[in-house]
Amino acid sequence: MVRLADLPESERQHLLARVPTLPAFPGRPWVSGPALANRRVAIVSTAGLHLRSDRPFASGAAGSDYRVIPGDVDAADLVTSHASVNFDRSGMQADVNVAFPLDRLKELASEQQIGSVAAFHYSFMGAVSPITAYEREARALAGLLKQDAVDAVLLSPV
Amino acid sequence: MSALGYYLESEGIPTVQISLVREHTEALAPPRALWVPFMLGRPFGVPGDAGFQRRVLLAALQLLEREAGPLIEDFIEDAPHEEVGGPPEGLACPVSFPRPASDGTAEDRFAAEVSQLTAWHDVALRYRGRTMTGLTGLAPDALFRYLVDWLGSSPPAPFRDGFTPGQALKLATDEMKAFYYEAKAVQPGSHSAGEINDWFWLHTAAGEVFLALREMARQSTDVTLKGLATGSLVPRAADAALDASARGRA
Repeated sequence: MVRLADLPESERQHLLARVPTLPAFPGRPWVSGPALANRRVAIVSTAGLHLRSDRPFASGAAGSDYRVIPGDVDAADLVTSHASVNFDRSGMQADVNVAFPLDRLKELASEQQIGSVAAFHYSFMGAVSPITAYEREARALAGLLKQDAVDAVLLSPV
Repeated sequence: MSALGYYLESEGIPTVQISLVREHTEALAPPRALWVPFMLGRPFGVPGDAGFQRRVLLAALQLLEREAGPLIEDFIEDAPHEEVGGPPEGLACPVSFPRPASDGTAEDRFAAEVSQLTAWHDVALRYRGRTMTGLTGLAPDALFRYLVDWLGSSPPAPFRDGFTPGQALKLATDEMKAFYYEAKAVQPGSHSAGEINDWFWLHTAAGEVFLALREMARQSTDVTLKGLATGSLVPRAADAALDASARGRA
């Protein structure tokens, strides 16, 4: 599991049908950086995660904004309001690190395998179409990441 | 996910992404991606397995040190299992006060399930120290009442100011499902994601009520219910399982 060939036919067809609808982005951006041991890493998830006290994600294009997840978040405060029901949530319910590996990242920092963990992490809700709807918020987020001296972003889907 | 990588990298932030659907990642060609052979919803493979998660994370982060791209690498190690954990050890048996078993309406059986599962959800909370429920602010019995009232003659008012009827119903269904899944996961036995899905959709009254809610949404003229009618309530895999089950009974 879970190569497309292993999925139920309806699910496989749904995912394949999206391929021709995806945009062709101009250019191939590529940014180099220091060795991993010197990088400051943030997680950007599309699991629709947020604090229980946050506003839930809206559906449709209105849901293309993001929520801020402080680096010292207590996992007990994290919930999801993702619009899709077509991915497993039982894993996240048991251990949020299976989708948002903040504890693992902190362990790598303490072992000096990465430089440091960002002060803030972020979550979008990944059921927005077209995916170009994320552009405005994503470009603005880049500025905030730079202010936090982040030079590596781990993008984690569901 | 790849779109976010493109936009962030365009603004000068190095990115690496986990890819769950290789075909989508190939089409979008983000700067760096690690394709993993795990189920949707589990980009780091295995809940509760820090060592496995760490291997995936390091394999992804190490792609940041490559000199050129775009690139997609494969993580070839399959997740060793799909279970979400067995019953906790050392916890007292839950005290429960289930309603009498009923062969009555789906609403009656749904009420009995919620009552019974509340004890197991309490165990889950003690065992895990956390829950992903609590977004609606409704206790399980109030959540039950809110959902079944949708099948009555007039829809209930949203439980939170500023929510459309559709937003409120969507959050309530997701929360009730999370309550069921979290409770089921700590019952005796080993439970994979697929087994819990089959249990919910094929063997619970809640699943029956959810299907009735989808039908209600399909019949409704309220445009805020459109998403629930078309796909944000019943998973495609559940529809496939229900169809297969119906064919098996025929």
